[in-house]
Amino acid sequence: MAMLVSTTINGDATDFSCEADETLLDALRNRLSMTGVKEGCGTGDCGACSITLDGALVCSCLVLGAEAQGRSIETVEGMSDGEKLHPLQQKFLEHAALQCGICTPGFLVAAKVLLEKNPNPTESEIRYALAGNLCRCTGYDKIVRAVQDAAAQMRRA
Amino acid sequence: MQYLAPENTADAVALLSKSKGSVHVLAGGSDLLVRMKGGYVEPDVIVDIKHIKQMNGIKKTADGFIIGAAVSCAKLGEHVALRKAWPGVVEAANLIGSDQIQGRCTIVGNLCNASPAADSVPALIAANAVAVVHGPKGERDVDVAKIGTGPGKTSLKKGEVVESIRLPARSAKSADAYLRFTPRTEMDIAVVSAAVNLTLGAKGVIKDARVSLGAVAPRALLVPAAAKAIIGTTLDDAALAKLASACSAACNPIDDKRGTVAYRTKVAAVLGRRAAESAYARAGGKK
Repeated sequence: MAMLVSTTINGDATDFSCEADETLLDALRNRLSMTGVKEGCGTGDCGACSITLDGALVCSCLVLGAEAQGRSIETVEGMSDGEKLHPLQQKFLEHAALQCGICTPGFLVAAKVLLEKNPNPTESEIRYALAGNLCRCTGYDKIVRAVQDAAAQMRRA
Repeated sequence: MQYLAPENTADAVALLSKSKGSVHVLAGGSDLLVRMKGGYVEPDVIVDIKHIKQMNGIKKTADGFIIGAAVSCAKLGEHVALRKAWPGVVEAANLIGSDQIQGRCTIVGNLCNASPAADSVPALIAANAVAVVHGPKGERDVDVAKIGTGPGKTSLKKGEVVESIRLPARSAKSADAYLRFTPRTEMDIAVVSAAVNLTLGAKGVIKDARVSLGAVAPRALLVPAAAKAIIGTTLDDAALAKLASACSAACNPIDDKRGTVAYRTKVAAVLGRRAAESAYARAGGKK
C-alpha cells in the first residue's frame, strides 16, 4: 500500500510517497536522494542512519516512512549554513575524525543533539552519548577530541 | 501491508480485533522493525499507537503516575517528578539501548516484547506497576508480572492493547533501584538484573519490600522470599545474606553466550544485595 507523506525536512516542506512497510531511512535515501543518511546495520545498533524526528535523536532504520507524516526531520544535510560548515563538521575535518566516512553523518547528528542539551560535556559524557554510533576505522579518540573542540568553539561563539 | 494510525484507544482496539493475518502494535518500533528487517515477522497490518492522546503523556495523580504506552524512555528520563518518585524504574528504562533507541523505545513495548532480559520489566514488577489493558471486552487492569508468560509471549488476547502503565503513589521514605550486569556499560543486554523497591518505617526498619530478578528465568520473576528476608530489618548483614540466597534460589536460568547457569545464579545474589543497598540508601536508610 503506497502512502503519501507530508513532512518537513531540514526546514523545507517535503512530500514523498513510500510503501507502508518502507523505513524512513529507505525513503530518505531512495525517494528523496538524501544519501547523507547512511545504512550500516539496519537494526538500530550502529547509528549511521541517525536523524532527529521532532528533535529526538533516532535511528531512521527503525522508523517507518509513514510515521514521518506531519513531523519535522533534521539530517546531516541540514547542518551546514550553505557553504559554511557547522563547527562539528569543521572540527571533524581538522581532527581527521573520519576515514571511510560512513559513520560520520550519524556521529555529527548525534553530537549536535548532545551539544544542544549539554554544551560542555565531559569526555565520559561524550562517550556515553555516542555509544549508539559505531566506527569501524578511525577509532573513537579523534571523534571525541573533535566533539570537545567543537563544543569549546561553540561555547565561545 | 497496511499502516494504520488511529487517534483513540477504542479505534485501536477495533482495528486490532478486526484485522486478519499478522497484526502488530507499533510504539517505538525498536523491536518490531528489527524483527521485520530480519524476516522474523511479516506484518499484514501495523497499528501505530503514537497518535492516541491517552497513550502519549505522563500524568501525576493522587494515586501515583500514569505513563502512556507511546511515551519514549527518553521522556521518562526527562520527567523530574517521576525520576524522584521512581528512580529505579527510570534508571532501568534509561538503560535500554543507545540515545537513538531511547528516543523511540517504550516501557510498554519492553513489557510486551516479553524478553526475559528486558531491563524495565523487573523494575516495574518491583514497583507493583499495573498495565491498563483495553480490548474487545472492555478494560482490565493486569499486574505487569502477569503480562509476560515466556520468551516473546504475553497473556494479551487478540485485539488487546496496553494503554498505559500505572505506578502507585509514593509514601515518604520509599525508593527503588535497578541494576543489571553486562560486559559493556552501554548497548548491551542484561546477563542478570535485579530490582528492589522498599519503604522504611521508624528507625530505618524496612516496612515493605518487593524484589524482582531479570534474565534468570523464562520471564522476569517476583521473588517474595527475597523481600521477606529484609522486611522488618535494617538491612543488616544477616538480612542481606538471606536476601542473597533467596535470589539465587529463585533462579531458573539458561546457559548461553552471555552467561552460564552457575554464573547467573551467583550474580543474581550479588545484584539483589547491591540493589537493596542502593534502594535503602535512597529511601534515607543509614548503615
